[in-house]
Amino acid sequence: MAIAKVCGLETEYGIMVVGAENNPVAASGLLINAYMDRIGRSTGFDASEEHPEFDARQIHEPSVLHLDPDPDLDLLPVNTMLVNGSRYYVDHAHPELSTPEVRSAFEAVRWDRAGEEILRRSMDAARSMLPPGAEIIVHKNNSDGKGNSYGCHENYLIARDIPFGRVVSGVMAHFVSRQVMCGAGKVGCEQPGAAYDSVAFQISQRADFFEEEVGLETTVRRPIVNTRDEPHCDAERFRRLHVIAGDANMSETATFMKVATTAMVLAAIEDGAASAIPVLAHPVRAIRTISHDPSLRSTVELIDGTMVTALDLQWQIFEVADAWFREHGGDAVGPGVAELALTQWQSLLDGLGANREVVADRVDWVAKERLITAYAERHGLGPTAPRLRAIDLQYHDLRPGRCLADRVGLQRMTTDDDVAAAVHDPPESTRAYFRGRCLEKFADDVIAANWDSIVLDTGSDPLRRISMPEPLRGTADLVANVIDASSTAAELVQRLGS
Amino acid sequence: MAERTQRQRHDERDDDEVAPSPASGERTSLTSSDELDDLLDEIDEVLEHNAEEFVRSYVQKGGQ
Repeated sequence: MAIAKVCGLETEYGIMVVGAENNPVAASGLLINAYMDRIGRSTGFDASEEHPEFDARQIHEPSVLHLDPDPDLDLLPVNTMLVNGSRYYVDHAHPELSTPEVRSAFEAVRWDRAGEEILRRSMDAARSMLPPGAEIIVHKNNSDGKGNSYGCHENYLIARDIPFGRVVSGVMAHFVSRQVMCGAGKVGCEQPGAAYDSVAFQISQRADFFEEEVGLETTVRRPIVNTRDEPHCDAERFRRLHVIAGDANMSETATFMKVATTAMVLAAIEDGAASAIPVLAHPVRAIRTISHDPSLRSTVELIDGTMVTALDLQWQIFEVADAWFREHGGDAVGPGVAELALTQWQSLLDGLGANREVVADRVDWVAKERLITAYAERHGLGPTAPRLRAIDLQYHDLRPGRCLADRVGLQRMTTDDDVAAAVHDPPESTRAYFRGRCLEKFADDVIAANWDSIVLDTGSDPLRRISMPEPLRGTADLVANVIDASSTAAELVQRLGS
Repeated sequence: MAERTQRQRHDERDDDEVAPSPASGERTSLTSSDELDDLLDEIDEVLEHNAEEFVRSYVQKGGQ
């Protein structure tokens, strides 16, 4: 039976300083420190057990890959866990926020939004630390239009005993074609070797940057299926599927659908119910072909030689998910998720196949394309004109009043109050609850925190490390009473009996 | 002036398309086109003043 699809999102934000020196590493550090200063906290992240070089294909060759292309970039380590269970840090030359691990796509949307709000508050806090008139601008996008990309990654808990090859063949067609619902849209082309204006507008921000089908890399020769095997939990029982083939979304529906549909496909794979998912002959070519054709008419080849459109692929994957839900129920993906996601999936595919305008309130690339097309028409601008590129960029601008995504009528799934609460509160459904509550209540006694452990100073040697190898332990149901009843970290440790 | 003329033409065309599309249960195309026009009216005030320079200077380091 499929295991609970505990999941999370990690977003690297675009960053730019105007009116002062534009050093993205220093600006990212300043942004995060300004936020931590404002909320009056600082807690070290314990990275001693991080192993991004471990490969799910069991080819552990740490010397071969992932040397940082520019060692100077990591000189300013800023890395912290927040009271809502998130991790906020400088990655390469970007501020990155990883949401807490959550139990459902509904929560993923809410804590992803909370992440945006944290970046927004950080920009505000940073203003007082910059020269007058200078500001740090943050974009929730994935490319600068000049061939440089940075990611929005997803993570899903999957069972260790499922052969990784089966996971790869099950998810590939979805990662290639889900962009029709979840692409964030982009003016121009950044595919290596192609002219910028060879594509006027494309569906995905990221598709141009994928060069391999499967692999361990994340910064060069990016693979559609990433094999990083670093579960941040009990490695005997679990994997964390690290997904790098997605766009950062401004539309809440798009974030919801990206997470919910992927979680369902993974659950179907675990339940042995995914054999009908089509297999592509050339996934890398296909992800670009689909992205480069907003008319959605282009076809891509399956291994049996059949030519299909992206919508054909999505309908077939929808049928697999729908059949999985009818046979197995939707428990693995969280309460109410499968029901809503299947209804929305059908509605979006219907809309994309007919009158596309009806999905402009839910699909980022359609909303952006519609705005850009209308603006170009009104002002008589040619494809990829600078003002159209500015609209593209500013769709993702997180500054209040500047963000165009806020103005195009996207449907909401959260309220502002939900989001504001999630800036402070951890989700109740996973171990993130225990982490966040400890950071909030015993701030002075938390020496270090990471995804699967927390180190407390109980006032007597030695320091106590509390392990959290099981993502569904440490929930509000299991530990709220213990935390509420403890007034010090020492009491907490005593009550936990560790 | 040229923009204004173009805008009116745009509106007239929309007037001919008042009927909601069969695929839409939620909103009519007229409503959303009106909203789009309103946005186009105000977008130049929201857009970075020197769009060309802004786009040119927007350079990021590659990430993951």
